[in-house]
Amino acid sequence: MMHCLVVDDSTVIRKVSRRILEDMGFRVSEAENGEKALITCQSEMPDVVLLDWNMPVMDGYEFLTQVRQMPGGGEPKIIFCTTENDIAHISRALEAGANEYIMKPFDKDIVAAKFQEAGII
Amino acid sequence: MTELDFEFLRGFLKARSGLALTAEKRYLVESRLSPICRRFELETLSQMVTVLKSGRNSGLEKAVVEAMTTNETFFFRDKGPFDLFKDVLLPRYLAARASTRRLRIWCAAASTGQEPYSLAMLLNEASARLAGWHVDIVATDISTEVLEKAKAGLYNQFEVQRGLPIQLLVKYFKQNGDQWQISPQIRAMVDYRPLNLIKEFGHLGTFDIIYCRNVLIYFDKPTKTDVLHRLANTMAPDGALLLGAAETVIGLTEALSPDPVNRGLYAKAASETAAPMRLTAVR
Repeated sequence: MMHCLVVDDSTVIRKVSRRILEDMGFRVSEAENGEKALITCQSEMPDVVLLDWNMPVMDGYEFLTQVRQMPGGGEPKIIFCTTENDIAHISRALEAGANEYIMKPFDKDIVAAKFQEAGII
Repeated sequence: MTELDFEFLRGFLKARSGLALTAEKRYLVESRLSPICRRFELETLSQMVTVLKSGRNSGLEKAVVEAMTTNETFFFRDKGPFDLFKDVLLPRYLAARASTRRLRIWCAAASTGQEPYSLAMLLNEASARLAGWHVDIVATDISTEVLEKAKAGLYNQFEVQRGLPIQLLVKYFKQNGDQWQISPQIRAMVDYRPLNLIKEFGHLGTFDIIYCRNVLIYFDKPTKTDVLHRLANTMAPDGALLLGAAETVIGLTEALSPDPVNRGLYAKAASETAAPMRLTAVR
């Protein structure tokens, strides 16, 4: 079973994401910011990360740049899932190594489509 | 709506658009046509039927047909037909048409444009191999309303997130408030025309590749057969037809045969391609 780490400071978004991902057959873990997500990645690198941009302590962009430098950090498919819906943010994310980008609000169809685009499913 | 009203609408829609409505689709007629009633200030569907029967309101007739048309589409829908275009069809025709450097593609039920624009983006991605080529993408639909949206190339956030890889969004779209507009360069690659598939379409010319996906499913068997025959007639002898995942030619026509390897891809049957060659030899 593939492991997806959901990184978002909103408990509601984490809960919604968990439900969608579990329905899609993923094992799901959660982190409320980039720093906690990095700790998870140190103990077990996930297959997929669904990543918010704006979070306290460490934002999604910082997490992305740091995780990509970790041993094995090039492996996970990282998909931003954020309200930062402008082209500048999207371009910046792609340049830093994001695989796909979901603009909130989202639903199961969009998550499935984006996971397919990223070659995850 | 009385049983007689429903029967009239079934006949009307079949004649105008080929749409085959079964009795259990009555709810669909009511839900889709009620807003049209309001728009034309008619109190009931029965009143609408009376006006349609008079044949004196072409605006209403058009609105009824368009309201009953299903326009579900998204970029790179089903993925497979576009992988096929990129990996099989484009290389095949680049070789087969090397002398004429001309390629003609038809999206026969283009809806709001996502299918022809997906192909246009793929062609643009292959532009290095297409230098000096003339490529036509003709995109048709029965609904002028959806064609207007297609021509504008404006999509909301939900629409650009279904099937469109983010790299292509960044490369080919410009953000316009809450909307995303596809680039003028890609828009200019597609020639949109209104067309009812149940009517003659030979005037469009001959095509190398035809995408006619998820439209035959709404037709009854004789209409499917008729449309498939006429599609075969508009295909180049080595042309390709792509149908939707739930569609087939089997049991409908001998003029087309399924590709043994690629699901959803059809070619002219051997006898069909042989006929023009024999005629040439006789001359």
